[in-house]
Amino acid sequence: MADTQLKLKDHLRESRIFTSRVIFAGIGVAMLVLVIIMRMIYLQVMSHDHFTTLSQNNRVSIVPVPPTRGLIFDRNGEVLAQNLPSFSLELVPEKIDDLDATIKALSEIISFSENDVSQFQKARKRSKAYQSLPLRFRLDEEEVARFSIRQHQFPGVEIKARLMREYPHGSLAVHALGYVGRINEAEMAVLDPADYNGTTHVGKTGVERFYEDILHGDVGFRKIESNARGRILRVLEEERPKPGHNIFLNLDIVVQKAAEEALQGKRGAVVALDVKTGGVIALASMPGFDPNPFVNGIDAKSYHRLANSVDRPLFNRAIKGRYPPGSTLKPFVGLAGLEYDEVHGGSDISCIGWYQLKNDEHKYRDWKKTGHGSVTLDDAMRESCDVYFYDLALRLGIDRIYEFNKNFGFGRVTGVDILGETSGLLPSREWKRRAKREAWYPGETLITGIGQGFNVTSPIQLAVGMSILANYGLHINPKLVYATQESGKGTLEYLPLEVVGTIPIVKKENWDYMMASLKSVVHSHRGTARSIAKGAKYTIAGKTGTAQVFGIAQEEEYDQENLEDHLRDHALFIAYAPAEDPQIAVSVIVENGESGGGVAAPIARVVLDAFLLRKNKSG
Amino acid sequence: MARSALSQGFESQKNSGAQGFFQSIHIDWPLMTGVLVLCVFGLVILYSASGEDWGTMTRQMIWMCIALTVMILTAQIPPHHLEFWAPWVFGIGLMFLVLVLLFGDVGKGAQRWLNFGLFRFQPSEMMKFAVPMMVAWYMATKPLPPSSKRIMVALLIILIPVGLIAKQPDLGTSLLVGSAGLFVLLLTGISWFLIGSFLVTLAAVAPMVWFFYMHDYQRQRVLTFLNPENDPLGSGYHIIQSKIAIGSGGLYGKGWLNGTQSQLDFLPERSTDFIFAVFAEEFGLVGVVGLLAIYLYIIFRGLVIAVQAQSTFGRLLAGSLVLTFMVYIIVNIGMVSGLLPVVGVPLPLVSYGGTSLVTLMIAFGVLMSIHTHRKLLTS
Repeated sequence: MADTQLKLKDHLRESRIFTSRVIFAGIGVAMLVLVIIMRMIYLQVMSHDHFTTLSQNNRVSIVPVPPTRGLIFDRNGEVLAQNLPSFSLELVPEKIDDLDATIKALSEIISFSENDVSQFQKARKRSKAYQSLPLRFRLDEEEVARFSIRQHQFPGVEIKARLMREYPHGSLAVHALGYVGRINEAEMAVLDPADYNGTTHVGKTGVERFYEDILHGDVGFRKIESNARGRILRVLEEERPKPGHNIFLNLDIVVQKAAEEALQGKRGAVVALDVKTGGVIALASMPGFDPNPFVNGIDAKSYHRLANSVDRPLFNRAIKGRYPPGSTLKPFVGLAGLEYDEVHGGSDISCIGWYQLKNDEHKYRDWKKTGHGSVTLDDAMRESCDVYFYDLALRLGIDRIYEFNKNFGFGRVTGVDILGETSGLLPSREWKRRAKREAWYPGETLITGIGQGFNVTSPIQLAVGMSILANYGLHINPKLVYATQESGKGTLEYLPLEVVGTIPIVKKENWDYMMASLKSVVHSHRGTARSIAKGAKYTIAGKTGTAQVFGIAQEEEYDQENLEDHLRDHALFIAYAPAEDPQIAVSVIVENGESGGGVAAPIARVVLDAFLLRKNKSG
Repeated sequence: MARSALSQGFESQKNSGAQGFFQSIHIDWPLMTGVLVLCVFGLVILYSASGEDWGTMTRQMIWMCIALTVMILTAQIPPHHLEFWAPWVFGIGLMFLVLVLLFGDVGKGAQRWLNFGLFRFQPSEMMKFAVPMMVAWYMATKPLPPSSKRIMVALLIILIPVGLIAKQPDLGTSLLVGSAGLFVLLLTGISWFLIGSFLVTLAAVAPMVWFFYMHDYQRQRVLTFLNPENDPLGSGYHIIQSKIAIGSGGLYGKGWLNGTQSQLDFLPERSTDFIFAVFAEEFGLVGVVGLLAIYLYIIFRGLVIAVQAQSTFGRLLAGSLVLTFMVYIIVNIGMVSGLLPVVGVPLPLVSYGGTSLVTLMIAFGVLMSIHTHRKLLTS
């Protein structure tokens, strides 16, 4: 009885305490729920816009679609640069847990070199997050099949088909075409990031570089919805890329091939221009190299072999090579003499093998030790008499030589559509004062008159000079490209000719005289280039030249036999043809080739044949 | 609706019609209504969260039927039977926990399962009601409020299973088991001073231990221990995606089956622990408030049952089970919305999974038993 009483009392008290605790707990529950609701208001109302954006970004991404690069054709429609579909093995590093292990596992299925891996790592450093990066290019079908079977073992790795630049003619015309390569950091900083979003390659040299804007095209985009695993579910919006324009070169691949074959085994350059338009028909620099390995990053070993070769295959001699013009400058100096009326067709001087200035012991020697005897300008041109031009140069003076030769494009860039050409050097009194802080000496005028001394020209400059001469002073800048074509449309858009101007002619007879002299260099039995006249189906006007690589001391003999190869004279030849109706102007330089008439001129003949005879055949 | 149901609960002495029938099969129909509404809600959300997968839906519905049956069966057991068996249930549960640590199956990096050949059994789930039962039983043996010595014993009863579960490791469950036990203590009327000083000591000691006592690698271990299943990057990703889902839902949501975060797989664990984010994304703030209203209704109905319970054991157990139910909700939503660290606690009756469903339904069965067996005790 007492027991139950006590228990009942306890029970009431417990019940009271319990109820108060439950009320307290209820308030606690209500407060916690309030916290939750406040959190929800913060997330769903106050930060709603922010999270909506994030949600959209999760789901929708804008993927750039790179444009297809324009093709490059030669003047006859032959493809010189094209895009071929190629399979590449690509990785998205962010989707791969252990990159090193994955690369190691991949190497058991698909072979790749250390260079591929280092190229990949390099690309990785400058890539954006979740960008697909190529590890190996140009997989063959077997490799594609081998990977496809085991693809599920490699999340974040896939095979992609991309269009790859390909140069079907390999090394042919490489110095004119140039090549494309992967975009590097320096280029990344300069290129428009919007336009190059998705583009992996950019023109590095040659026409590929110069016409990058035209060839590249405009980037397109695809707005896609994808799920968390990056699988594309559907395309929400699409703007197709505008493919790059095709470009058409003045270059004739047949002539180019003839030029390069003629130069085979030599170091040198050939530039052939269309006299009427300035179009570059051939631009060869030998030795060359195959641009195809450069497209996806050449391996370091091969690159060093090319870069460190004594023959400098990567060097574009045609536009960057700096050579003394030697006797090939004589037509221009001679024409200056005629136009300034210092000489005329009939006047002659006596050549005894050397020339001396008054009050000077120094003997300016002629290449022919015995001398040419009594020579007119015509004789001097044909036999390349140095003494005649020493005398003429002295009479003209350096200022007039400079003024006149400047008209032929010497000493300035030709404006050809490849970057990096040299301006050469056309010496003048003013130049010497500025560059050397020295006065001009009369002796320097003499050697300038025969294209030695300070004179420096590039092969393309010589071709341009010859073209201007053949054109009666009409100066048109040389161009590789003559037209562009919007992809998918047939019509060509012709680029305007870049006419610099015409040289004011004092007397047309003077020009005719000089042109006749140039023709006789080839077609007279005493001409220095007479060897190439044999069997020619057209007439050629030209001038040989030999450029000294090093100076010969007084009274010393030029010992052909015992001279080291790279110290031998350069052989030069410039020409145009047909002589009566000039269509093509050519310059040829063979480094250490020694004989302009014997080595350089035959190469020019091959080039002229290739162009003129082929043209006649087809026309 | 909610109010009338509550008030009817208070007047449940009057028997009439259907109510009388439910009373006779020991079903508390206001609570039953809340539970059924929540189950339907859960299925609707799961349909979307599972990506309209009828396989998942079927499995969940079968589990719901099993769980409801278990609930009704539990409701038939009179509370004094539960009280009598409490030490046995607790003892067996404790034994199972030790067995799990010794022989348990490993799943998801933690040792939680006992394999009986025919079926696998997770003893920690059993402790969710075994611990509050045991503490309530122990507290009911002497008048309340308890002495400090008895509080110490009760804390021991709680900490031993909690420690064993935490060692598996399963922080979510040990948290729920621990709070179930502590809620019993809170409801026994232990002094506010004790509660206050316990909380203050905990708050003061934890950071001191963290900053002065632990080495970096130990802290890292604790972090890994707190969050065993996810590496920091992984759990970070979960929370970011789930916050995006909730936030982008806005006021009215993106619409059922239209949540891009969930439907496009950005949301991880979307049909289990993170299902709340799916719901919040598709139904918005309005939907969330509605869901919370249903939960609140169930909690308050449960508290009413607890207050009206006639035995000390009954009211302590009922109160503890209801408040633990609340912990489920708060911890799950808090974790999904980035307020609390990620611990594996499902959203009750909504998250996909049979085990938690059965456990929760047993708890509701116990509540119903306590409420519907009252008259038998009084008469």
